Order: sequence, then C-alpha cells, then structure tokens
Amino acid sequence: MAVTDERPLELTTGDDAVVGHPLGAFTRPTKTTGWRSWLTTIDHKKIGILYGGTALFFFFIGGIEALLIRMQLAQPDGQVLTASQYNQVFTMHGTTMVFLVVMPLAAAFANYLIPLQVGARDVAFPRLNAFSYWTFLFGGIVLNAGWFLGGSPDNGWFNYAPNSGLAYSPGHGIDFWNLGLLIAGIASLVGAVNLIVTCLNMRAPGMTLLRMPVFTWMALVTQFLLLFAIPVLTVAQFLLLFERLFGAGFFDPAAGADPLLWQHLFWIFGHPEVYIMILPAFGIVSEIMPVFARKPLFGYPFMVFSGIAIGFMGWGVWAHHMFASGLGPVSVAAFSLSTMFIAVPTGVKIFNWVGTLWGGKLRLTVPMAFAIALVVQFTVGGVSGVSHAVAPSDTQQTDTYYIVAHFHYVLFGGALFGMVGGLYFWWPKIFGRHLRDRLGWWHFWLMAIGFNLAFGPMHILGLQGMPRRTASYPEGMGWDFWNLVETVGAFMIGVSFLVFAYNIIVSRNNPPAEADPWDGRSLEWATSSPPPVHNFDEIPTVTHLDEWWHRKYREDDQHRMVRVEGVKSFTSPDGPAEAPHLPSPSYWPLVLALGLPFIAFGLLYTYWLCAVGGLLVIAAAYGWSLEPSVDPAAAHHDEAHHDAHDEVLEPVATTPEETTE
Amino acid sequence: MTTTAEHTSAAHPTEAHHTSTGLSNEKLAMWIFLGSECLLFGGLISTFLLYREVDPLRGPSVESLYDIPFTSVSSFVLLMSSLTMVLAVAAIKRGDQRNTRVWLMTTALLGASFVGGQVYEFTVFYREGLGYTTNLQGSAFYTLTGFHGVHVSLGIVMLLSLVVLSLRGRMGTERAETVEIVGLYWHFVDVVWIVIFTVVYLITP
Amino acid sequence: MATEHQTIEHHDEIDHDHPSDGRYIQIALILGVITAVEVMTYVVDFGALMVPSLVIMMIAKFGIVAAYFMHLKFDSNLFTRVFVSGILLAIGVYVAFLTSLHIFSS
Repeated sequence: MAVTDERPLELTTGDDAVVGHPLGAFTRPTKTTGWRSWLTTIDHKKIGILYGGTALFFFFIGGIEALLIRMQLAQPDGQVLTASQYNQVFTMHGTTMVFLVVMPLAAAFANYLIPLQVGARDVAFPRLNAFSYWTFLFGGIVLNAGWFLGGSPDNGWFNYAPNSGLAYSPGHGIDFWNLGLLIAGIASLVGAVNLIVTCLNMRAPGMTLLRMPVFTWMALVTQFLLLFAIPVLTVAQFLLLFERLFGAGFFDPAAGADPLLWQHLFWIFGHPEVYIMILPAFGIVSEIMPVFARKPLFGYPFMVFSGIAIGFMGWGVWAHHMFASGLGPVSVAAFSLSTMFIAVPTGVKIFNWVGTLWGGKLRLTVPMAFAIALVVQFTVGGVSGVSHAVAPSDTQQTDTYYIVAHFHYVLFGGALFGMVGGLYFWWPKIFGRHLRDRLGWWHFWLMAIGFNLAFGPMHILGLQGMPRRTASYPEGMGWDFWNLVETVGAFMIGVSFLVFAYNIIVSRNNPPAEADPWDGRSLEWATSSPPPVHNFDEIPTVTHLDEWWHRKYREDDQHRMVRVEGVKSFTSPDGPAEAPHLPSPSYWPLVLALGLPFIAFGLLYTYWLCAVGGLLVIAAAYGWSLEPSVDPAAAHHDEAHHDAHDEVLEPVATTPEETTE
Repeated sequence: MTTTAEHTSAAHPTEAHHTSTGLSNEKLAMWIFLGSECLLFGGLISTFLLYREVDPLRGPSVESLYDIPFTSVSSFVLLMSSLTMVLAVAAIKRGDQRNTRVWLMTTALLGASFVGGQVYEFTVFYREGLGYTTNLQGSAFYTLTGFHGVHVSLGIVMLLSLVVLSLRGRMGTERAETVEIVGLYWHFVDVVWIVIFTVVYLITP
Repeated sequence: MATEHQTIEHHDEIDHDHPSDGRYIQIALILGVITAVEVMTYVVDFGALMVPSLVIMMIAKFGIVAAYFMHLKFDSNLFTRVFVSGILLAIGVYVAFLTSLHIFSS
C-alpha cells in the first residue's frame, strides 16, 4: 500500500514539525504521517480509505455470519445454531451488510472521488468529514456490542414492532441495534450535508453540473436521499428508544398503538435506503464502462436524469414492503402501481450501459467484468422485483426465499459487485499499485459463480414455499439439494474474498502505478497515483464533460481520436508552483464522535456514562468551533493566495508521456 | 484559482471564498440541514396526529389540559424572539457590537422564557395526571414538544456562546454570517412552533 | 437541480434589498396580529371555517418568517428550493402514510 508510515505524503507545505502554540490547553496537530495522523486526519482521501478499510472489516464479519447461516441451513434440521443464535446471526448479517458494509463502501468512494472528480482540494467541511467516519465506526461498534454484552439484536434488520418492545425482547440486543444505528445515522446525515455542499459549491471553474462525472451525480442524488430518509428512521428509532427506556407505548397495541407505525416509518426510510445502496454502484459502472469501451457513456443526460428520477420516485413506493400487513386494497393498489413505474428509469440505465458497450473497443479487464456482472445480475434482481410489484403474486412470495433471492441479486449481485469493481478500478489511483490481474480474475470467477450458486436457487426454493428467517427446515420438503448447493456457493464466495485479501497483500510488491493506467476520462486520472495531499497542483478549468479525455485526445478531420502531444497531468513531480493552503488535522472530530457511544452505553447501564459522553461532546463542540483552521505558527508560503482572482491555469508540464494513440 | 477547503476559523477572517454557486458553504449547509429537519419534525407531528385520535386508556386527554391563553403568550414570545434575532443580525452587519449583544441576549432570554413556559406547562399537566407514559396521546405530545424544546435549548446555548465571543472581541463584521446562520436555525425552530401551535393546540378534533 | 452562478460574488459583502429594522418590526407586528386572530378561534366559533382559516394563517406565518426573517426572498433561490423540497417531501410522505392508516376518514 502506498499510503503507509514509510512513505510520507507529499505535503509540499512542509508541515511535519509539531509546533507548540497553545490557544488554550491543546495545540492543533500538524503531523500528516504516522499512525496518529490517521486519528486526526481531515484529508478526504485518508478518510475514504478509513471508510473502505472499516467496511471491508465489517464485510468479513458479515460474511462469517452468512457462512454460519449457510452451515446451519446446509442440511435439514441443522444443529449448528440454536434458533435464538440463528435469529441473532441473520439479523446481524443483514444489519451489518446494509449499514456497515454497503453504505460505508459507497461513502468511501464518494469521499475519495468526489473532490477529485469535481476538481477540488477537499470536501466542503473536512473536519465534519472526519467526524462522520469516526461516528460511523463507533456506531458499528455499539451495534456489535451485543456479541459481548448479553446478546445481539435478533429481530431482523428491519426490527418490526411490537416484537422489538420490552415484552418480547427484554434484553439489550434491540437497544444495541437502535443506538448503534442512531449513531451511524448521524454519520450519514452529516456526510450528506457535507458532500451536497461539496458538489454544489466546490466544482472547478467551468464544471457545470452537467459536466460532472456520473459517479459524482449518482453520489449527489444518494446524499439527498440520505438527507431526507435518515431523519424518518431517526423518528422511528427515538420512538422505540423511549418505548424501551421509559415505557412509552408507541408501538404497543395494549396502549392503543398501531404497530404499523413502525413499519411505515421504517420503510419510508427503507425504500430510499435501497436506492442509497445501489445508486453509487450504478455510478461506478457508468465510470468503468466508458473507459473499457473507449466510448463516452451513452446518453449522459439520460443517465443523470434517470438517477434523479429514481431518487424522486423512490419515495413513493415504500409500502410495497408491507403488502401482507393488512394495509387494505386501496393502499396496496396504489403502491403496486408506483412500484411498477420505478422500473422505468432503471431500465433506461440498463439500456444506456448496453448502448455504451455497443460498438465500443472493448477491453475485458477485471473491473469491466465486475461492471458487466452488475448489469446482468441487477437485471435479474430487477425482474424478480417487478414480480413483487404485482401485489397478488407478492403475497405468495413475501417472507419466502424468493425475496431473499431478489434482494441479494440487487444488493450483492448489483451493489457489491459494482463496488468491488470500483475497488479494482481505482486501486492503482488510491494506493499507487495495481492489484494483480490473474488473482483478480480468480476472485471474479469464484465470486460470480459462487454468488449465483448461492442465490440463484433461492428463487426456486422461495416459490416452493421455503420461508425466510427460520432456523431450520424439516426433512422431506424437497429443499435439501438446493440448500446444499447454496451453502457450497456461499463458501465459494468466501474463498473468492480470501483470494482478494491475498491479492491486496502481494500487490504491495507491484511496481508503482502510473497516474492514468486505464486511459481514463475524468479528473482523478489527471493527477498522480496516489494523488498529492492537495489533489492537484493547479486546479484545472473545465470545458467539457470527460474533461481529462478531451485534454488527451482531439478529433482530427476524419473524426478519429488523436492523442495530443505531451499532455500533462495536473501534478508535477516538483510540486505546485505555490503551496496550496490546506487546513491542519484535528482531533476534535474523534473526540466528539467518542462521546456518542458513551451516551449510548450510559442510557443502558448508568447515567454517569451519559454525563461523561455529554462532557466529551460539549468540550469537543467548543474545541472544534474555536480552534484555528491552521496552526498559526506554521509557515505560510502562500500569503498571496488570499487574494482571490481568477486564473486560467494551464496544467503543469510533466515528463513527456507516451503519445501513441 | 485555488479553492480553499475550509473557512471556519478565528485566526483567519472569513473571506468571501469562491464557490461554484457564489453562495457560502456554511449557509448552504445550514439550509440543507434545515431541509432534513422538516422530515424529522414531520415524523413527530404525524405520530402525534395519529395518536391524538386514540382515546386515552387512562389519565386525562391532553387537549383537556391545554391552557390556550398561556400557550398563546408563549408562542407570541417565541415569535418576537425571531424579531430580536434579525435585529441582532442587522446590528452585527453594521458593526454595532453592543447592540448585537443586546439583541442576542434578548433573543436568548425570550427563548428561555418560552422553554420556561413549556416546563411550567408540562409540570401542570403532570400534576393534572398526565405523565410521559400515562397514555399514548400524552407520550406523543410530550415527545413532539420535548424535541422542539431541546432544539430551542440548543439554540439558546448557541446564542449565549455568540454573546460570549462578542464580549471577547471575536465577533467582528466578518463574523456576521455566523450570526446569520445561527439565526436561520433559530427561525426554523420558531417556524416549527408555528406549525405545532396550530396543529397541536388550536386544531383539536 | 441547481441554477448555479458561474460568476463569483462576494456574497457576504453585498447588501441585497435588506429590510430595515423598522420594516422588521412591522413584519413582527403583522405576525402578532395573525397570532391574535389565531387565538380568536379559541374564543369565537368560526364554524366550518376554523380549520381552513387556521391552516391558512399557519402557512402565512411560516411563509413570512421564511421569506423575511430567514431572508429567503432576497437570497438565492437554491436555498428556497432545498428547503421547500424538504417541506414538500415531508408533507407528501407523511400525508400519504396517515391516509394509508385511515386517519383522515372518520
């Protein structure tokens, strides 16, 4: 890995010394190397790596949980797990994969790429960005605390009432679910505000919204979805919290409450949530395919607007998760219709990806394979989704393995495949080394075959009536064979990720990667691999969509692409002409985030912990607001930068690159 | 042109930094955040609307306990605090440190009276037999108004912090936007109360 | 989604049409009057008009505070759009949900 203690970041402002200038008791940290710098970093790239690494760690945990499920279900009357353990394992598997894997992986890409893709030096609020990461981490820890503290949540990832109440769930498991996700929700909400402001306000000169890369667009729509959906979940969670802590009867039928309140609030969040999970992966595919087809994305405006349309329409379909809950025919019909309509903008995307590949000069690389797999597998999942939209048929399918098949095809076969493809695609940029190709192919095929073996037969089992969320099935149902196949498939997936892990480890010995190894189209490829801490020596002025491509290639009279001579990246080995002014690291985001799990555990065990957490939060809030943005004693080589003038900057000349087409 | 990444500091005066929209990052962020708060309060209001229909299984109904004249005065006080808030913003834009503090303090005091009024109201309700968990209506009522009250209280803390910063000479005109942004939050909290006052107190089934 | 201004404005320094202090006080008085009328509904029987008039007055106060005190009328309409999106989405989603739970049918 390029970014380690041994290889300090290229911080041309030269801040490696710790300067002591107390404004109050604590000095602001300045070091950007060493393990402690990861605790205080506010650099979006490091934060992106933190998100990604942590997400992969939780993926490992969620994967173990999946394998436990599959071991239990490999044979009828499984004895691997008790029913109670099974309930905890499948609940944690789902909750982990949704909130601690897919969402933070998307956040990793969004954090790392958006500033680079829009031509900025960082996000709008770098410390808030760090706070989001730490808050997510602590939320994940609280969520998993149950393994050590008396039992994990066991009520499904959606945690329906009234089973979530004290009467049926007297232990703390549900509280860990609730508090852990409340904390993680703060991370997402705050991150959404940050990235929206970044996309709207920090684009390079000339980058109109319709010149932003599609990944950035999809991430932007995702942030708006998070912005508006998380508060709805927050309401539900506070109601549940007050029910469990204080005895309020919000979901208790005995108090006159309607348990459907939980379902509605949860799914008003939950449906946009699934688009939150898939749209970033759609964005990733839209970046990968044009590069390896050597063709622009087919129908860029349609891709953008269909993403926006999915964002809007996603709010109008939530009760399709509730068809069997007694909503009544009018609601069911209305939501059935709206759900069918939402297939349209997604279909537009599928067609546009096909259109991108059609007639292109295809290079079948590992990232391209993952991208194509997303398109195929998501289509399968989408088709089963349309079948659920038909309410009468959903009444048969709901709570069976057919649904499990559907959502794994769209979320694993779709989102996760896309994100793994993204990892292969951007790995050289992020870490400065390629991942090894052969190992990548082993990973891909093992994962693709394993995935389809694991989840394909679930369609069949579901239609044969095998119910979800049951710890075992009896002999003689005729389900044994496919369950065994699925378990084999699941283990193949596990092996594929061992290959991936091995690839990551051995790739540290690969030669350094070039700035633009894939002949990319967007601005992140226009700077070194890995980028310098300030991203670009000079911020480019943008005149096209796919700006970097247009700098590298021109059309000649016969409309052929001709590589432009001596085209320069926006980073020179000598560093920028004038040192960019960057804010210093800070530890307040970590401290503020740390207060939250204290408060959470305090609510469950002793209010003294709440007091400690509260003090941390208050101290950190003030420390954060009052610390100067850079250490005042650090040398400023760039006082002149504070005059704001427009400069149209030419990219800095680098060592001449190959100019073959 | 370099885009500076962050601009909240006491050591560096806030510059009109260049942004793609020409709008300040912090102000845009506050408006975006307020957009999300609409979903939060909407959910709490909806929960109340749903559960006010449920006959109390024990204890009094919350509507039977309302003291509309009292709450009206409270609402008026909060409304006037929005006025003093904009006067504070106007003052700091003029560089009038003293009046900035005067109006900020007044806003905080009016807000505190509002919260005090809420506390008094809740105490009366409690004595009349409506605790937090007495009945479902009451729980929903207290949760909604409680969330609002916490928001007001956080606002008061922010206002007082600004007063202290001003006393320490750290609130020059370059900080006008900070006051404006705290003002936006304050007005939002007021606007939510406008909705709550009508929907919860005045429009009763 | 956004109308962006590619021109760079020193936004903090420019004074838009800015209500004067006196204007603000007038606006506050109007808000006070509306509040007084709202409270009247408690005393006087408006009959079938009660709910509609209260709703209209609530919207009017909301709008006045947002437009003038929160300065939306004078600021970029990006702020308005973001805020109104939240409001409309909240109303849409919650009204749909309450309707589904038959709250509006007696």
